[in-house]
Amino acid sequence: MILFILRRIALLIPTILGITIVAFGFVRVLPGDPVLLMAGERGLSEERYAEMLKQFGYDQPIWRQYIDYLGDLLRGDFGNSIVTKKPVLTEFFALFPATVELAFCAILIAILVGIPAGVFAASRRGKLVDQVLMGTALVGYSMPIFWWGLLLIIVFSGNLGWTPVSGRISLLYYFPAHTGFMLIDSLLSGEKGAFLSALHHLILPSIVLATVPLAVIARQTRSAMLEVLGEDYVRTARAKGMSPGRVIGVHALRNAMIPVITVIGLSVGTLLAGAILTETIFSWPGIGKWMVDSISRRDYPVVQGGLLLIAVVVMVVNLIVDTTYGLINPRIRH
Amino acid sequence: MTDIPQNEVASAEEAAPMHAAVERRALAEFWFYFSENRGAVIGLVVFLALILVALLAPVIAPYGPNVQDRNALLVPPFWEEGGSTAFLLGTDAVGRDMLSRLIYGARFSLFIGLVVVTIALAGGVTLGLISGYVGGVLDTIIMRVMDVILAFPSLLLALVLVAILGPGLVNAMIAIAIVLQPHFVRLTRASVLNEAGRDYVTSARVAGASPFYLMTRTILPNCLGPVIVQATLSFSNAILDAAALGFLGMGAQPPTPEWGTMLAEAREFILRAWWVVTFPGLAILITVLAINLMGDGLRDALDPKLKRS
Repeated sequence: MILFILRRIALLIPTILGITIVAFGFVRVLPGDPVLLMAGERGLSEERYAEMLKQFGYDQPIWRQYIDYLGDLLRGDFGNSIVTKKPVLTEFFALFPATVELAFCAILIAILVGIPAGVFAASRRGKLVDQVLMGTALVGYSMPIFWWGLLLIIVFSGNLGWTPVSGRISLLYYFPAHTGFMLIDSLLSGEKGAFLSALHHLILPSIVLATVPLAVIARQTRSAMLEVLGEDYVRTARAKGMSPGRVIGVHALRNAMIPVITVIGLSVGTLLAGAILTETIFSWPGIGKWMVDSISRRDYPVVQGGLLLIAVVVMVVNLIVDTTYGLINPRIRH
Repeated sequence: MTDIPQNEVASAEEAAPMHAAVERRALAEFWFYFSENRGAVIGLVVFLALILVALLAPVIAPYGPNVQDRNALLVPPFWEEGGSTAFLLGTDAVGRDMLSRLIYGARFSLFIGLVVVTIALAGGVTLGLISGYVGGVLDTIIMRVMDVILAFPSLLLALVLVAILGPGLVNAMIAIAIVLQPHFVRLTRASVLNEAGRDYVTSARVAGASPFYLMTRTILPNCLGPVIVQATLSFSNAILDAAALGFLGMGAQPPTPEWGTMLAEAREFILRAWWVVTFPGLAILITVLAINLMGDGLRDALDPKLKRS
C-alpha cells in the first residue's frame, strides 16, 4: 500500500514541475516589461528600475531565474503581493479556510441530496419520478451558476429578505478567528446569534456552488445503481426474499458507491472553479475572489503564487482520492 | 465502422456506391437510437431553432442590438405594469431592447461554441493521434503537458490565459479551447491505442498503407464515436465558460450583446429590474440544456456498450 502511494507521488513530480513552469512562465510571457508592469502607471526612476530588476533577478539568464524561483518555492517563499505587500503564502492561508468552508458545505449538500436522488431515480427507472429527477439534474448540470446565484439573491435576499446578499457574517459580531472556519469560530465565541448569522450567510453560496456537483453525483449514482441492480448477487438477494429496501440500501448501494466516490473526488477541481464565480457574486472572502481581484488589479505575484497553490491543492486532493480508491478496491493497486 | 479493409482492394467505381450504402445504413441506425430519446429530439429542435434565430437575427430582431432609446430606460416586459409591446422583454439601463440583444446574442454564443470546439477538436485529435500512434518520447511529452493543463481548475486557467492575452472575445475563445483540448487528446489517444492492434489495421498496414493514411483514414473513423460525444459536451462547456469570462469582465467587452457580458452589465440593477438579469441567463441555460440533451442522445446512439443492453 505504501509502495502504491509512493508510486503515485513519484508520478506527480513531472506534473508539479510542469505547473511551476506554467506559474513561472506566466509573468514572463505577459506582454511588456514585468518590472514596469508591476510599477503600474506611476512609472519608475532609472535607478529604481535597475534596483527592482536586480531585486527580482530579471538581470539573470532565464534558466537561472527558474532555478532561483524553484529554490524560493522550496523555502516557502511565494513572493509578495504588490498591493498589500504581504507574502502570498500568508494571504493564501488566511483566505483558504473561507473557501474550504464553502466548498465543504457545498459538497455535503451535493452528497446528501444527490445520492438519495440518484438511488430513488434508479429504483423507479423509466417512471415519471425518474424522468423528473433526471430532467432536473440535467438542468442543474447545464446551469450557468453565476446567473443562478443572482436569481437566488433576487428571490431570497430581495423579495423575501431571508438571507444577506454578501459576506460571511453580520458586522454586529466580532470575535477572534481561531480556526478560520466561521461556523466553528462563531460557536466558540459564545456570542448569541453569531452561529445563526454565519449559517445564514453560508446557505445561498453553498447551494449555488453545490448545484453542478449535485447534478453530476445524482446522474452518476443513478447509472451506477442501474448497472449494479442487474448483477447476479442482487438477483440472488432478491430471490432470497430480502425486502427491496434492503436489497437497494445494502447490496446495491455499497457496490455502486465506488464510481460515485471517484466523481465526488474529481469534483474538487469543479468546486474550486465554481468558487471563483460563487465567491465573486456573494463577495465571499476566499481564494476564488482573491484570484479574480488580483487578476483585475494586475497583482501578478499573487496570480502566480495562487495559480501554483490551487493546482497543488487539486493534485493533493486527487492523490487522496486515488489512495482511498485503492484502499476500497484493491484491484486497481496493481 | 464505415471503413472496411476490402474497400482498399476494390476499385474506386465499385467502392463509391458501397461506401454510400454503408454510410446510409449507419446513419439510419444512428437516427433510430437517437430518436428513441425524446429529450435528445427536443434538444435538437431547440438547437436548430437557435441556429435559425442566430442566422436571421437582422430580420427578426425588432431593433438593432445597440440602438438606444433615451425615453425608454429600464422598461419592464410587456406583461408587467408599465411595460409596452414596443419592447416585448423590456429594455436595459440605457434603453436598448432586451429581445433584440438576446437574439443577436445567440450569434455570439453559437459562434463561440463552434470556434472553440473546432480548435479544441482539431488540435486535440491531431495530438491524440500522434501520441497514440507514434508513442515513445513524443507520447510522454504530449501527455505530461496535457496533465499539467488538467491540473488547473479550467475556469481559473482560462482566466489567467486571458489575463496574459488581454481581455476580449477572441482571446477568451483561444483560452477556452486550450483548456478543453486535453480531453480530446486523452480520448483520441485511448481509442487509438485500443484500435491500433486490431486485425483490420494490421491488414491495411500489410497492404502498404502509409502511416498518415493509417492514422487518418483507417484508425480515426473508428475512434470518432466518443470524440463526437465529447465535442457536444465541450460545445456547451465553451458557451458556459465564455459567458462566465464575459461575466467576470474578461470575455467579450460591452456593448457586445454577448449573454454573459449582458449579465455583468445588469448586475447593479439586480434588485431593481429583474428582467435585465433573468433573460440573458435564461438564454444561456436554454442553449446549454438543449446541447446537453442532444449530447445524452448522441451518447446513447453512439456508445455500443449501452446499445446492447
